[in-house]
Amino acid sequence: MVDDGTEAMTAERPGGGGPAATAGGGPSFEPRIVAFCCYYCAYSAADLAGSMRLQYPPNVRLIEVPCSGRVDPALLLRALEEGADGVYVAGCMEGDCHFQQGNFRAKRRVGAIKKLLSQIGWEPERVEMYNVPASDGARFAQVAREFTERIRQMGPNPARGKKVRS
Amino acid sequence: MIIAEQKPIPEIAAQVRQCRKVLVLGCGGCVTVCQAGGEKEAEILASALRLMGVREGWDTAFDSMAITRQCDPEYLDGIARKVAEYDCVLSLGCGVGVNFLAERFPRTWVVPGLNTKGAGATLEAGVWEERCLACGDCILHLTGGICPIVRCSKSLLNGPCGGSQGGKCEISPDVACGWQLIYDRLKQLDRLDLLLEVREPKDWSRTHDGGLRRVVKEEARL
Ligand code: SF4
Ligand code: SF4
Repeated sequence: MVDDGTEAMTAERPGGGGPAATAGGGPSFEPRIVAFCCYYCAYSAADLAGSMRLQYPPNVRLIEVPCSGRVDPALLLRALEEGADGVYVAGCMEGDCHFQQGNFRAKRRVGAIKKLLSQIGWEPERVEMYNVPASDGARFAQVAREFTERIRQMGPNPARGKKVRS
Repeated sequence: MIIAEQKPIPEIAAQVRQCRKVLVLGCGGCVTVCQAGGEKEAEILASALRLMGVREGWDTAFDSMAITRQCDPEYLDGIARKVAEYDCVLSLGCGVGVNFLAERFPRTWVVPGLNTKGAGATLEAGVWEERCLACGDCILHLTGGICPIVRCSKSLLNGPCGGSQGGKCEISPDVACGWQLIYDRLKQLDRLDLLLEVREPKDWSRTHDGGLRRVVKEEARL
């Protein structure tokens, strides 16, 4: 994921399900969103959403992880540093984690990063934790729409286009 | 181990935001175990400071790395060249690490990212608590292995005091009375006789008032 301010994470593919951009970043703002999706649930739900031909915004870029508990807090910050406007982790329903505790750990870690973001003057709402069962393609699409809309209202990541990491 | 916790990020930022290039330096020792200042924490803090810099418009670069220990000279020698590239080292070691870095690199500004809490143990995942104040004259053999210096709020040697109520210390209903703990344990072990012995005053000169305490083991010297 390299943010050269151009194509790597732009989301202007045709057929996007998101409504026309409004507040936040101005009319042409298309959020770039990274979603860390657990292989056992949200990632499969994304597949299912595809098979069901459900529309969800192309703004969301999926990264498959073996468990939501794999998502280190450093990765969430790294995504923001590299220009993602929003980042979310999607794990199994509580009690359904393939590795028992992974989604609870992810939830705590996302909570900690939200606190950290408020300490450093960033909107904590740029990161979120969701639970999406593998059997629920519609829920996957709904989460993608909801989060994309939230970030659209919030406007672009101030680190966009800047070389934050040396 | 030494237990510590990170300072609030705005407090850390105030120490470093004027610098040009900062090395956030983790330590692989105790502070890795208590998840305050290891490699991972250094990486996250450097990321957070970079993001804060973007928002607030400072012109500071932050990198991160960790070394095996910040309290041994050989590991500091190993990063001398690296440190020379920075005008500030933000240490995530305990206070010892910060002191030692400042001694080893006299021309580099070294600042602390942690508040060092003491010598402690892991109670459960994510919870650490102090158990020893390093008084230099251990008396645990007289108190059933429960330290009155750290567990008694007044560090009394002849407690409990009159503030001990229902097993709790008068400072807070959440704090156990150290001397009640000692009494209960000695009673359980049938060693209450230890409390009846008359003792010399404890040797506080071995604590922290007579200059730096130093340990020398002749046969270990080169
Ligand atoms: S008596 Fe002194 S050395 Fe022993 S545990 Fe207490 S503070 Fe530490
Ligand atoms: S109540 Fe117990 S712990 Fe508190 S100061 Fe008195 S003896 Fe020490």
